[in-house]
Amino acid sequence: MKKYFSSIVVVVSLLITSCSDVKNNNNNSETQGFEHQGGQEAVVDDESQKDVVKVAAGSPDHTTLVAAVKQAELITSLSNAGPFTVFAPVNSAFDKIDKSTLDALMTDDKKTDLQNILQYHVAVAALKAEYFRDGQSLGMVNGDNVTVNIVDGKIRLNNTATIIASIPASNGIVHVIDAVLLPPAK
Amino acid sequence: MNNRFFMAGAMILAGACLFLGCKPKNMNNAVSADAAIKAFVPPGQYDEYYNFVSGGFSGQMAVYGIPSGRLLRVIPVFSVDPEKGYGYAEETKGMLNTSHGIVPWDDLHHPELSQTNGEIDGRWVFGNANNTPRVARIDLTTFRTAEIIELPNSAGNHSSPFATENTEYVVAGTRFSVPADDVNGDIPISTYKENFKGYISFISIGKEDGAMDIAFQLQCPGVNFDLARAGKAKSHGWFFFSCYNTEQANTLLEVNASQRDKDFIMAVNWKKAEEYLAAGKGRKVKTKYAHNRYDESTHSAVSEIRDEVIVLDTKELKDICYFIPCPKSPHGCDVDPTGEYIVGSGKLAAVIPVFSFDKLQKAIADKAFDGEFEGIPVVKYEAALYGEVQKPGLGPLHTEFDGKGNAYTSFFVSSEVVKWNIQELKVLDRAPTYYSVGHLCVPGGNTRKPSPKYVIAYNKITKDRYLPTGPELAQSAQLYDISGDKMTLINDFPTIGEPHYAQAAPAELIKNNSVKIYKLEENHHPYVAMGEPTAKVVREGNQIHVYMTSIRSHFAPDNIEGIRMGDEVYFHVTNLEQDWDVPHGFAVKGAQNAELLIMPGETQTLKWTPDRVGIFPMYCTDFCSALHQEMQGYVRVSPAGSNVPLSFSTGGSAESKVN
Repeated sequence: MKKYFSSIVVVVSLLITSCSDVKNNNNNSETQGFEHQGGQEAVVDDESQKDVVKVAAGSPDHTTLVAAVKQAELITSLSNAGPFTVFAPVNSAFDKIDKSTLDALMTDDKKTDLQNILQYHVAVAALKAEYFRDGQSLGMVNGDNVTVNIVDGKIRLNNTATIIASIPASNGIVHVIDAVLLPPAK
Repeated sequence: MNNRFFMAGAMILAGACLFLGCKPKNMNNAVSADAAIKAFVPPGQYDEYYNFVSGGFSGQMAVYGIPSGRLLRVIPVFSVDPEKGYGYAEETKGMLNTSHGIVPWDDLHHPELSQTNGEIDGRWVFGNANNTPRVARIDLTTFRTAEIIELPNSAGNHSSPFATENTEYVVAGTRFSVPADDVNGDIPISTYKENFKGYISFISIGKEDGAMDIAFQLQCPGVNFDLARAGKAKSHGWFFFSCYNTEQANTLLEVNASQRDKDFIMAVNWKKAEEYLAAGKGRKVKTKYAHNRYDESTHSAVSEIRDEVIVLDTKELKDICYFIPCPKSPHGCDVDPTGEYIVGSGKLAAVIPVFSFDKLQKAIADKAFDGEFEGIPVVKYEAALYGEVQKPGLGPLHTEFDGKGNAYTSFFVSSEVVKWNIQELKVLDRAPTYYSVGHLCVPGGNTRKPSPKYVIAYNKITKDRYLPTGPELAQSAQLYDISGDKMTLINDFPTIGEPHYAQAAPAELIKNNSVKIYKLEENHHPYVAMGEPTAKVVREGNQIHVYMTSIRSHFAPDNIEGIRMGDEVYFHVTNLEQDWDVPHGFAVKGAQNAELLIMPGETQTLKWTPDRVGIFPMYCTDFCSALHQEMQGYVRVSPAGSNVPLSFSTGGSAESKVN
């Protein structure tokens, strides 16, 4: 009995060894918290600086955002060369939104709406905090603009969200904000 | 008992296999099962298409076979190529001459095949030099650079080269606006808005010989011109240019050139420009630019500096140019095969606007303008707009067409190719690219008659696509079969440099015209040796001219003595072979130079200044024959003032001659 068992273990481990590359891929994806989607997010690279997606994924304060980015199928895009400026609302920012609205946004029926909101948090440009000017208009990926306000030395966006931290990433910069930005009503 | 354990083991095995995939990643969703059959070209068989792929920062152009992706040739264009002696041989140095002197490198972005009646004619392919603005013409009978013209009043020649439908012109728009060549350029950079202008060159192309000449330039407002396409069919006579940085920023364009919600596509009525030119409305501008032509009779570049260009001021001559608002930093500006639709791809835009040529004409007739920009009328967006493709993807860059009513647009940020129907403005299919796609190519996809079998995506980033090779990885091309409703990925292959853009032509248009040898009797090189009896060595002061021949498997002469320190030695090597695919190479020890690579019937010259006294071997570098390794010789270098007589021989003293 033992003999059989050990031979099976050998066969299984051989199999795993022979597929080691693939295994590493999956392991890596798991550690990032994403399923393998086959885009740049699946590239195995523990040496380079983290990209904006990995920065967010590594933050315990951004689990809601990361889940939303995943649901909106934006992970491949944000793993791109960019450069990106990502305004990343913390979990508590999402708590300010009505829970039923938030839950609805996370359904497949509302995917377009969710994409629109999340793309309103991304600009294609690496904008450090010091580049912001009061009254500046930022063209966001969804096609709408965000206005920068500088109030008492603090950088605010649309007069609703304040930048509370800025984290450089390999493909841009993540500015952590304390409120969710909502695209202007059409 | 045993059975149970066996079953359990089998299940573990099956589970592991399922979990681990046990096949290359991405295979499931991205590559069709019959990809191998579709992309496979059996050994010894020809490909269907030639694919002319820019080498980007390599400055060269590469030729691949499609569908196999096999590299057929790298054509040296704007960068020296020691492998071929290009830019090193005395004959080819002049091809790289500019008003700045010889420039050994550039950045080639866009190949453009010549057209007749709006279809690829297989005669020439043009390419642009981005850095030191130039346009090159490559002859597709020889696959060699035949001509290069420098562009005055320009900088960053990116919006270039794009051909009209009979190759009447190839146009070149400047990326960097700059002060004109004939005004004082020693001015503050911050005076961009007042002093910087954008110039567009209309290069006329000789109908028979392809000879390039700058017919005229258009002086336009100071913005960045990015890409362009000629009108075709009904819109022949017009040209369309994408413009960004209409904010006219001169610093941190990353922020400052994306402040406006709409930049422009500039529509140019070039037939009208021709009328003004004929009416003498042009201004003669003093400048300097090089024109270099390769003379196949003398096998030598002829380089001249020209000093005048005619400029038409589009602010004064009102009805040449019109601006059409186009969302967010347009890159691609592509005209569909009917000539009716102009597709703008704003790289920061959330929609793809499609403009109508007919509506544009009506808007111009009705003066449906929203004021002017720098003196150029701005057509109302809606007045020229056919419609918008909503939410097509992220970061639209460039569009090609299949001639069946569909467009294919690349999306850099979302790494995908999107197929959409032009009339319905509806997305039909999406295919991922690996990764970060730039331009696309459908063979003939920019012409009136596309060949809609494949679309090829040219990717900027390959990361894990190939075996790793350190920090720098090859960029790639990816081939999709578009013969069905869905795009299916069937092949990908690494490329040289940056495959920025490419065009493809059916092999039949080109392959039968390919030159196999240069006829020796037509060689009018001033230092040709038409046969071994005419091989000689001549001293002219401190210049030594070696009239050398090469044929399998020896050089004549192969022993040379009497060269002295302080001499400049010119080896003029004529390849006497009259046999396809038998070049000879030539190199000499210690030469601070490259090799020569001499085609059958051709003469090429290597300059060598000996740096020390001694014996210097020379040999054939291109494996030519069974006795290639015997194809060698010696040169003796004596001290300055030595009385060793100049002598040369092949095969012993019987042939030796004393000068």
